[in-house]
Amino acid sequence: MKRIGIDVGGTNTDAVLIDGEKILASIKVPTTSDVMSGVVSATKGVLDQASHLNNGAGHQIDAVMLGTTHFTNAVVERANLERIAIVRISLPATESLPPTIDWPDDICAAVNPMVFMVAGGHEYDGRPLVPLDRKAIKEAAHQIAEAGIRSVAVNALFSPLTSECELEAAEIIRSVVPDVQITLSHTLGRIGLLERENVAMLNASLQSIGRKTVDSFGTALEQAGIDAPFYLTQNDGTVVMAEVAAKSPVFSFASGPTNSMRGAAFLTGLEDAMVADVGGTTTDIGCLVHGFPREANNIVEVGGVRTLFRMPDLLPIGLGGGSIVDVERGRIGPRSVGYRISSAALVFGGDTLTATDLLVAAGRADIGDKSRVHHLDGAQVNGLLQRMIAMLEDSIDRMKTSSAPVDLIAVGGGSFLIPDTLAGVGKVHRMEQAGVANAIGAAMAQVSGEVDQVFSGLSRDAALAEAEAIARCRAAEAGACVESIKTIEVEDLPIAYLPGGSRRVRVRVVGDIN
Amino acid sequence: MEREFPIESIDALAIGAWILGTGGGGSPYLAQLNLTNLYKQGKTCRLIQPEELRDDDLVAVVSQMGAPLVGQERLIDPATLARAVCLMEEFIGQKFTAIMAVEIGGGNALSPFLAAALLDLPVVDADAMGRAYPEAQNTSFAIGNLKMYPLSLVDCRDNESIVSKVPSWIWMERISRTITTEVGSVASTCKAPRTGAEVKEWGILHTVTQATRIGQTVLEARRNHNDPVQAILELEGGKTLFVGKITDVDRVATGGFLRGKARVSGLGNDQGEDLVLEFQNEWLVARRNEEPIAMTPDLICLLDTDSGDAIGTETVRYGQRVTVIALPSPEILRTERGLLNVGPRTFGYDFDYRSVFAI
Repeated sequence: MKRIGIDVGGTNTDAVLIDGEKILASIKVPTTSDVMSGVVSATKGVLDQASHLNNGAGHQIDAVMLGTTHFTNAVVERANLERIAIVRISLPATESLPPTIDWPDDICAAVNPMVFMVAGGHEYDGRPLVPLDRKAIKEAAHQIAEAGIRSVAVNALFSPLTSECELEAAEIIRSVVPDVQITLSHTLGRIGLLERENVAMLNASLQSIGRKTVDSFGTALEQAGIDAPFYLTQNDGTVVMAEVAAKSPVFSFASGPTNSMRGAAFLTGLEDAMVADVGGTTTDIGCLVHGFPREANNIVEVGGVRTLFRMPDLLPIGLGGGSIVDVERGRIGPRSVGYRISSAALVFGGDTLTATDLLVAAGRADIGDKSRVHHLDGAQVNGLLQRMIAMLEDSIDRMKTSSAPVDLIAVGGGSFLIPDTLAGVGKVHRMEQAGVANAIGAAMAQVSGEVDQVFSGLSRDAALAEAEAIARCRAAEAGACVESIKTIEVEDLPIAYLPGGSRRVRVRVVGDIN
Repeated sequence: MEREFPIESIDALAIGAWILGTGGGGSPYLAQLNLTNLYKQGKTCRLIQPEELRDDDLVAVVSQMGAPLVGQERLIDPATLARAVCLMEEFIGQKFTAIMAVEIGGGNALSPFLAAALLDLPVVDADAMGRAYPEAQNTSFAIGNLKMYPLSLVDCRDNESIVSKVPSWIWMERISRTITTEVGSVASTCKAPRTGAEVKEWGILHTVTQATRIGQTVLEARRNHNDPVQAILELEGGKTLFVGKITDVDRVATGGFLRGKARVSGLGNDQGEDLVLEFQNEWLVARRNEEPIAMTPDLICLLDTDSGDAIGTETVRYGQRVTVIALPSPEILRTERGLLNVGPRTFGYDFDYRSVFAI
């Protein structure tokens, strides 16, 4: 099966063409301001390379996997966010802390949500808090229609445990405004009313850019002469049909680093390892568990908004190839020359001392003009490199879950910053295609099925089996080949305060694309 | 003299209260959001020194009760706290002149401010624990054998209860806890009213100022790129117990408590050694080589080594760089009567209290 993986980053658009597990072609082109022409040229680029190898014969592509930073950038830059309505179902509780209470002012102004708070929701034990105020929801729907708002977020008290109120509210809203986009918070987030609501509101505000992005990716692929289904990569390292992914842009927020980690796993064959993705300004340290990025269990801020949902556990540090070196204070980063490295760094003829210059001076990298760093004091360079190693060792140690040494995979354009030996690290792995690990990660991505719900009146074994069956079914619906489906995560939590041996079960399965 | 409590002090109070929470008391985040929001709407709070209370003044003692996880959904509403105070006034037929916190540790440090902002009453610069503890019998008012009833309890649906009489602090805890569970494990309460004289004799005084100062010190150290942990130690006369990283956390939820252990492996001077922190909602005992080196009621605080922020028993996790410090506990907790309510034996340990500052 032949697939193309494309990762659209802020600076570069990377693409690879693979056949099964064999990499036939790879390319790196600058990301264009319209994004789409970059995608077209990257796609054409790998197709040309591959057909060249194949004596000019073309390749039939079976699937295209795209990773994009579009949605994160929209939130960070407060650009292309659409006006939404939020319906919170929780009164008479939570009234004093209305939606967006903890948002930065600028993003609040950009999204400008129309806020409704109505009575309803549930308690932790499944009892209704108060009866759902259907009339108020209907009234809200009329106002939403009148204001011409096209996207609505709905968040009900304890909806991750009891989704009833959100489902009914969606039905009522649709009965008034049939073609409106509705984001239900329980499909995205976890316990934590404000954090889950934030995720739902961000998701709602990204509906129109989600639609546009998927449409233009479709057009770009068409222009490149590809007629195959295409998928968007997700925060958890899997892919979802583009049509479906367009409705949940928040699930693509961290697809960039996730794809790098998945690519690193594939290229090294390591299932459990640490990954350091070194860029120009920052290094993301992540952790692979069974070949997938470990999930964060804590609050992750996206563009200053607190969220709690399915995101990879990443530790970003301000260290990259372009990090500016402050000799006097013995510091490296967090300030960086960023994309200007090719003109600003000493070895490239510039006048700023960067981390890259230090490595060249120490003879650990051969980049640019090394005569331009001859004047640097050897002992000083050494001291600074020790400082850099200490930063890396400290961060790696923070991400470990036990004191045993782990393997580390170095990826990204600045991966030469990682030395061969580090305290707490068994072996440092490097790969030839480290620069396009992200596109490879995208190309290799599988589809997943997930279930996260409360089961009551079943034994533990029966509940786990039931959950697994549902997850498998969902993966198959998402396009997984049934024989290839395997379970990668099972987690169950007895809920002591619910009757009948209730437990919350979360199961995630993955399978190859059919 | 009553002083304005300025908006700039809210964050400092929250940081300091979280540190004095000794791992428990719940994160002040939601209370902080509420209070900041009230100030933005034009409300303000005033702080009154306990010495300025007249002996016959009546002080409301408020707290938010319930399970922290439920609080993450149900949030906190100043209106229910204010209602609990008014309900108590209706029941006893008297008016309060001020409001105070039952515990300065964690989110409840801000509870009296939330009620006070709505009721236009001053907040007393005092509490009844000087830190955080899980139950009513752990208060200085219980140590003083003061009257433990009545108590008012309010939820967001107009469920209003009065516990009019109980024979002991333990019964008060049991009955109020049961009502709280019934209304969804989150409720606002106004404890037994205290006279000005009682607050002056049995309250733990100036703890709002103490918490705010700790927070200000942390913020200032961060601004000046100084070590926040060192700054706290200097301000409070504390002692560093251990510097290291968290290498193991073992938690069990039993009987409404979060119990367990966290292991810290030494870095720097403590390299090669381990410190084990044992907790029941709060950090209670610190052991080095099995030997308890610090214990309740002395305050054991687990701080992020870089930021000086407190780390709670619910949020502690592998890999965090931490400094464990001890701060002196209020004197009343260390008296013979005090130790009966908050000493190590109260929490099931078979050893007597020894001050970490005497070791």
